[in-house]
Amino acid sequence: MINMAYSEKVMDHFMNPRNVGSLEDANGVGTVGNAKCGDIMKIYLKVKNNVIEDVKFKTFGCGAAIATSSIATELVKGKNIYDALKITNKAVMEALDGLPPVKIHCSCLAEEALHAAILDYAQKNMKADEFNKLKEKLKTKK
Amino acid sequence: MVYFDNAATTKLDKNVLESMLPYLTDSYGNPSSIYKLAQENRIAIENARSSIASIFNAKPNEIYFTSGGTESDNWALKCIAQAYQKKGKHIITSSIEHHAVLHSCKYLESQGFRVTYLPVDKDGLIDLEKLKESICDDTILISIIFANNEIGTIQPIEEIGKIAHEHNIIFHTDAVQAVGSVAIDVEKMNIDAMSLSAHKFYGPKGIGALYLRKNVKIMPFMDGGAQEFSKRGGTENVPGIIGMAKALEIAYKNLDENNIFLTKLRDKLIENILKNVPHCRLNGHRYKRLPNNVNISFEFIEGESLLLLLDSKGFFASSGSACTSGSLDPSHVLLAIGLPHEIAHGSLRITLGKYNTSKEVDSFLTELPEIIKRLRDMSPLYDEYLKNNLG
Repeated sequence: MINMAYSEKVMDHFMNPRNVGSLEDANGVGTVGNAKCGDIMKIYLKVKNNVIEDVKFKTFGCGAAIATSSIATELVKGKNIYDALKITNKAVMEALDGLPPVKIHCSCLAEEALHAAILDYAQKNMKADEFNKLKEKLKTKK
Repeated sequence: MVYFDNAATTKLDKNVLESMLPYLTDSYGNPSSIYKLAQENRIAIENARSSIASIFNAKPNEIYFTSGGTESDNWALKCIAQAYQKKGKHIITSSIEHHAVLHSCKYLESQGFRVTYLPVDKDGLIDLEKLKESICDDTILISIIFANNEIGTIQPIEEIGKIAHEHNIIFHTDAVQAVGSVAIDVEKMNIDAMSLSAHKFYGPKGIGALYLRKNVKIMPFMDGGAQEFSKRGGTENVPGIIGMAKALEIAYKNLDENNIFLTKLRDKLIENILKNVPHCRLNGHRYKRLPNNVNISFEFIEGESLLLLLDSKGFFASSGSACTSGSLDPSHVLLAIGLPHEIAHGSLRITLGKYNTSKEVDSFLTELPEIIKRLRDMSPLYDEYLKNNLG
């Protein structure tokens, strides 16, 4: 029943998730969600010269939560952080050929986890004014 | 494929299907008509009524056919309350009822009734002292689930009925999961009203019954015809009724033998999983539980992912996680027995049936630990646990 509601893409990313794991040398980490609601996503980034060289995730959650985490890591790998920030939950959903309506929040969580990881990197590695500019950009986008 | 979701529904027994077939084909007469084609059906459904009544030590005119468990629960709760509202407006139930009872109670609250929802202990049992304490002068109805559909815990029904009767209160029980698995004597157990549903015991879907003691008043649920003693109008579901009677007959003829078989498989599952998979716990009472029910929570993982991975290996089971219920909260039953949300999300319910085999249980036990490990390896909660506990 649950199966039927998920696209083949979602099932593929759930059954064969890409980039699962953690990065010892991550310089940006974002965790969102909470166990009470049944979803936690943690994204690890290794960024060099503002380019995401490597990305991994760990997720506690349903099929959609795992699939959205997986596709989000695929979408950002190799991108510079400014382009990565442009990735929205809508893009995540489209890349998965859609999600059942009750699972849309999983795509939002993937976007939030990604943003949290990038901001974590930016805060630790960028100059204050650059970081603030990045934060502003995120704010105006929303 | 391995079907482990027999609490959701069961596969129709071939002998039941056979008993129904004539009434889906040549014997199509409306039992309310007077000619032979119809009267044969009248006789057939009255025989079915007698046969069902005898299984529960009830009288034939105490069995009312309905569309299933949900209707029986709705009817019992709402229409008994309505019939006795001049006597009082207080109802007692438990916090682990099926939604058919809980939502009927919510409706009654909106109509000015007061409802007490008794808590349960960690095993899912209500406290009889608390039940006694919650009885008021105007309590008209006690409704307690016979055996819980999620965790399988069986309540002390006879004692609950005794307390109800000592206080002149009507006792209803939702026995949807118990019928077919537990011997039930409505006289001995002091039951005044009882809901059952055929598809839970290898009968067809869309047919159930309400047992209602003769002297208990109830308002009609469906107006329109004289069927079911003018309490539930509508042309009878003849093949369904015949099938339900047959299914019950088979279930109770083989009750002991079947229960020994199911209990053996159940205990093998419980003991093996608790022994071989770390960080898990059994939900529901270890012994006062349905012979076919296993409900286990696995820490650090979420139930829907678990079901999907099991599905991919050909095992069909269920979970009390929010993601499988379409809401944000995990099962109210798991929360009522005191599980924290995050552990309730990781629950797995396996409900066995007579068509399962020992081999199926073995292959499940082989696959499960690997699936749990796979999800835990993906879980940030498990990482955190390892970090905090293993240095």
